[in-house]
Amino acid sequence: MSNGISMERVDQIIDSYGSKRHHLIAIMQDIQAEYKYLSPEVLERIAEKLHIGVAKVYSVATFYENFSLEAKGKYIIKVCDGTACHVRKSQPIYNAIREYLNLEGKQKTSANGLFTLETVACLGACGLAPVVTINDQVHSKMTPESMIDLLKQLEKEDAANE
Amino acid sequence: MAKGIMYIDGQRVPFDGEPNVLSVIRKAGIEMPTFCYYSDLSVYGACRMCVVEDERGKIDTSCSMQPRDGLKIRTNTARLLKHRRMILELMLASHNCNCAICEKSGSCHLQELALQFGVRRVRFADNREVGAFDDSSPAVVRDPSKCILCGDCVRVCEESIGMGIIDFAKRGYNMQVMPAFGRKLSETNCISCGQCSAVCPTGAITVYNQIGPAWRAIHDPSKRVVVQIAPAVRVAVGEAFGLGQGANVLYQLVSALKCMGVDEVYDTIFGADLTTIEESNEFLQRVKNGGPFPMFTSCCPAWVKYLENENPKYLRNISTCKSPMEMFGALVKQKYKEKDAEDGRTTFHIALMPCTAKKMEAARPQFKDENGNPDVDLVLTTQEVIDMIKESGIQLGEMEYESPDLPFGLGSGSAMIYGTTGGVAEAVARHCLPDKSKNTLRELEFSPLRGEDSIREATLQVGDLEVRIAVVHGLINAQKLLKEIEEGRAMYHLIEVMTCVGGCVGGAGQPYGRKAIKDQRREGLYQADRSAPFKRAEYNPGATSLLESMDEHTKHHLLHVSYLDN
Repeated sequence: MSNGISMERVDQIIDSYGSKRHHLIAIMQDIQAEYKYLSPEVLERIAEKLHIGVAKVYSVATFYENFSLEAKGKYIIKVCDGTACHVRKSQPIYNAIREYLNLEGKQKTSANGLFTLETVACLGACGLAPVVTINDQVHSKMTPESMIDLLKQLEKEDAANE
Repeated sequence: MAKGIMYIDGQRVPFDGEPNVLSVIRKAGIEMPTFCYYSDLSVYGACRMCVVEDERGKIDTSCSMQPRDGLKIRTNTARLLKHRRMILELMLASHNCNCAICEKSGSCHLQELALQFGVRRVRFADNREVGAFDDSSPAVVRDPSKCILCGDCVRVCEESIGMGIIDFAKRGYNMQVMPAFGRKLSETNCISCGQCSAVCPTGAITVYNQIGPAWRAIHDPSKRVVVQIAPAVRVAVGEAFGLGQGANVLYQLVSALKCMGVDEVYDTIFGADLTTIEESNEFLQRVKNGGPFPMFTSCCPAWVKYLENENPKYLRNISTCKSPMEMFGALVKQKYKEKDAEDGRTTFHIALMPCTAKKMEAARPQFKDENGNPDVDLVLTTQEVIDMIKESGIQLGEMEYESPDLPFGLGSGSAMIYGTTGGVAEAVARHCLPDKSKNTLRELEFSPLRGEDSIREATLQVGDLEVRIAVVHGLINAQKLLKEIEEGRAMYHLIEVMTCVGGCVGGAGQPYGRKAIKDQRREGLYQADRSAPFKRAEYNPGATSLLESMDEHTKHHLLHVSYLDN
């Protein structure tokens, strides 16, 4: 176990592709779908089982924007910054979230590990702009204020579930 | 293989089996500039310097173009020259141009081409985020601010060495070459072979420079500086002084070192003879005891490190003999112990090697005495020695001939060829084969022990046993051979492995050279073997009498090592 990732499960996923090196991307996608990110231990295990250099695996993982090498929060917030959302003021929403979560510099995940903030180019829901998704649930016609209310509500729910 | 006639800048040029248009252009006597093309690595087409223009004005890279009958190309049109200048300007824009104080200054390919193409200004600012400077490896230093992303190091590490320690990371503007997770080289399985530095066209990866400590020792009156010179060094030093490629300049080198202030100069071939005798005895012992087979040679420190890092189950198959350099180091320190106590000086032992991994080997705990002092205090590569000779202003060609000092200055011809692939196996074969006539030498000369194929095998009759020998160079080929052995598809008694392609003459400590130069260095060593007064290790009077004077315990202590107990 490392950071909640079960290496047995990782092995299972790699084996399900017959440990073939040309399935590298598919393997990484499956593991990320399960754990939301790829830890160094995971990349090393993949390299070992596929008999390729860990530098090569790291190379592929860093080439694609979609792969994350950092642990993500419980709630993944994606603020759409496509053209429609942008002109309907998605940027202030993004800034409000950053401020509320105290994110600095390149930091994407809040200190308490609850939220991860990302942007996305277009969700294809331009009629609902500006759009924000939280764990793939769509929230439409957002404002900075409604966004903060939503975050507060999620924090409350989370505290209640603990 | 394709055959036909091409037209290059209007000249008719026949081609016959050349893998790409670039090779045909070079054959026609036009030195096409490249950064990312090496004939023994895969074609990458990244640097775009080798672009050519066809009749219809289409521009493409010649390294990735197939020769075709009737193909008409031009190599120096106005557009091509403009493109090349632009490429160079863009490379320089994202390059740390602190050239005067760069390790690679004078031998940097980027500097050379920028000069050749007259690039005198750079219009673009460098806003890249640059990775950290890394001097954690005992063999090489990485300075990412000088990387031009040609990918030569990435490909040599993966395709020739089979390690894949460094690769591209991230993409586009943010792309960089680095080990996984941006780690330091010392935190990876790097085996210090240094081939990445040998192919790097700029100062992004360079050999760990120890010229400073070498001068300090030479200028320190309390130190007795004793030098040993490896076989492959003597046939490469002369290149830098216009003395011919592959020329054996040992005697002038000895003289130059004495001029620079070195006290004693010995020849590593003495150590190699000891290795041959000890390794042969060990091999014959294994034949008697029925194994363990295969026995691997132990001269190449990068190969030993590879087994330690990635395949430790084979460590018991490695010969227990120290490498010639380390046998020599132990002997030197032993010999001067008394004298040191008498005259109050300390012996400082410098080994001149064609190799960066030797720097790593010299620092291994197995080769330090009980006080933690290494047997070999410092390893200088051929290139570092060249730099020191130049710094002294010595014209190597003008030097008097001087032979190495006794008692460790003599060696057999079989020790000379340690510097090329197949040499160690041939030396052992010469020693083990009972027929000591010239016929044996002739037979071995034309056996598969010599040659260029990456995996060669030979069968020799020793007593009742048909001994199967394999010779491998390029570490990736050794990995392939191990796999075959594991799968039961191959069986050998003795395997010689050299990490670098061509063996030590192609080591990363040698001056930069394409394959043709390495071939000439190899020929220089065979020439030295032919003119040696004796060809077999057991005819070295110094080595045999020394071995006779040692008891088993001393032999074990000075000449043998185990990599298992760490």
